[in-house]
Amino acid sequence: MITIAFYFFAVLITLLFLVTVMSKNVLYAMTSLAAGMVLISGLFFILGADFLGVVQLIVYVGAVMALYSFAMMFFDVNKDVKEKNGSAATVFLLGGAIALMLVLVFSAPMIGQGAASLYPQVAGATNPQAVGLVLFTKYLVPFEVAAVMLLVAMIAGIILAGKKMDLSLSTTEEEILDETQGGDK
Amino acid sequence: MIHEVTWIGAAVKALIALLLVSAVAGFGTYIERKVLAWMQRRPGPAHVGPFGLLQLAADGIKLFTKEDFIPQFSNRLIFSIAPVITAGTAFIALAAVPLFPDFTFPSWIPLLGGVFVPSIASDVNIGILFILAAMAAGLYGPLLAGMSQQNKWGIIGAARTAVQFLSYEVVTGLSLLAPIMLVSSLSLVDFNNYQAGGIGSWMLWQQPLAFILFLIAGFAETNRTPFDLLEHEAEIVSGFVTEYSGLRWGLFFVGEYANMITIGVLASVVFCGGYSDLWLIPGWLMMGLKVSFFFFLMLWVRASWPHIRPDQLMWLSWKVLMPLAVVNVVITGIVMMAMA
Repeated sequence: MITIAFYFFAVLITLLFLVTVMSKNVLYAMTSLAAGMVLISGLFFILGADFLGVVQLIVYVGAVMALYSFAMMFFDVNKDVKEKNGSAATVFLLGGAIALMLVLVFSAPMIGQGAASLYPQVAGATNPQAVGLVLFTKYLVPFEVAAVMLLVAMIAGIILAGKKMDLSLSTTEEEILDETQGGDK
Repeated sequence: MIHEVTWIGAAVKALIALLLVSAVAGFGTYIERKVLAWMQRRPGPAHVGPFGLLQLAADGIKLFTKEDFIPQFSNRLIFSIAPVITAGTAFIALAAVPLFPDFTFPSWIPLLGGVFVPSIASDVNIGILFILAAMAAGLYGPLLAGMSQQNKWGIIGAARTAVQFLSYEVVTGLSLLAPIMLVSSLSLVDFNNYQAGGIGSWMLWQQPLAFILFLIAGFAETNRTPFDLLEHEAEIVSGFVTEYSGLRWGLFFVGEYANMITIGVLASVVFCGGYSDLWLIPGWLMMGLKVSFFFFLMLWVRASWPHIRPDQLMWLSWKVLMPLAVVNVVITGIVMMAMA
């Protein structure tokens, strides 16, 4: 049963991400990306990692939604994008090499029987508790570093977007807006 | 006594939830029009059947028989998928929602006798996060609908969907974090049991701020007025549903009403005692009453308040509600540490 479910999700996810890469239509690419991300959470649910599955859902639903808003700004979503393909051979070679490398890296532990969990799960801990225990003991430093990085990114974002933030575009008169923004005349 | 949940029990529960919520969603349109009419001192639907009750059937026939129209230059595939996403995710979220207490079929009923029906179709131990995630995924419906239909009102509706989603999502999560810390579980059954001691032990009294924040975010999540930005008729014709007609439009509607019920159930289970009995009132009736109250509250607010602008929603969410929610979480944490 689990095997069937795994192959079902695996095939669907692969197909959807293929559409993401191959499609020339932004709307198809984005939608298949979002659907693939949602289906990946299915793999977590099969493994009994409910918490991680839901985190995958929540994080990527929001992230892809932000990508959509960029797609909306930069593309006409109902027309095909003209892609600039310099050298098909180089793309094929590089892509193939990276794919091969990933397969080797992830299948190496299976062949060498070196796949053992370094920090075995605490008995009786529920899903979120198990994640929390490892995150706040073994991986505390990477966790805090990630938090600092996110804080830096957030402050940078505010500074980049924050110019003239006290000026409301919807309540200021148009003439004043033209002057302050240097308007197009 | 612990009952084993069989697949028949879960299937029966899923079927009941589906039928019940679809029926309530349909009936909700009638209630909404009647309540709004009553608050605005006009009769509302009054001509079809007694008290206009058969208006429901008339609307249904109209929806079913209307021409299913797909614009020529739209993206047909995405255009057809979008309404299904809204309705589908709304019902997927309901899979983890306790709608009424569990019960067992009496043994004299043929086929189903003795089957135990659980209060939740699928009691995942991270229930509350699952519901939030499924409802968040539901916003892809309006987004894709608006982007695929090649209509400028549609694309404005889609842009507003993104704005709305990026605004309220943080507030929903952070406002629920403080109650989750108190219960120290993500399962809605644990939330219900935590407040089993009657009205005095409702989460509402311990977390009044979180309750208000959650309600505000819930209004934004279900696109109710004052945050009715996606399809505001007075500004952007009909937003993301401009080009939809017939049953596809109906699916959006069912999804929206199912989401309203889910938010009502979440508010009652997390903050207002859930489906426990109160004095002489049985649990299923309490649940019904509380969900009805929250449904009525949404209509009440719609009748009394104008809606706000998208930039005001973003301002409200990020500059007022989110800091309040963070302060609430920090204070809850400090109090919990002091009490421990």
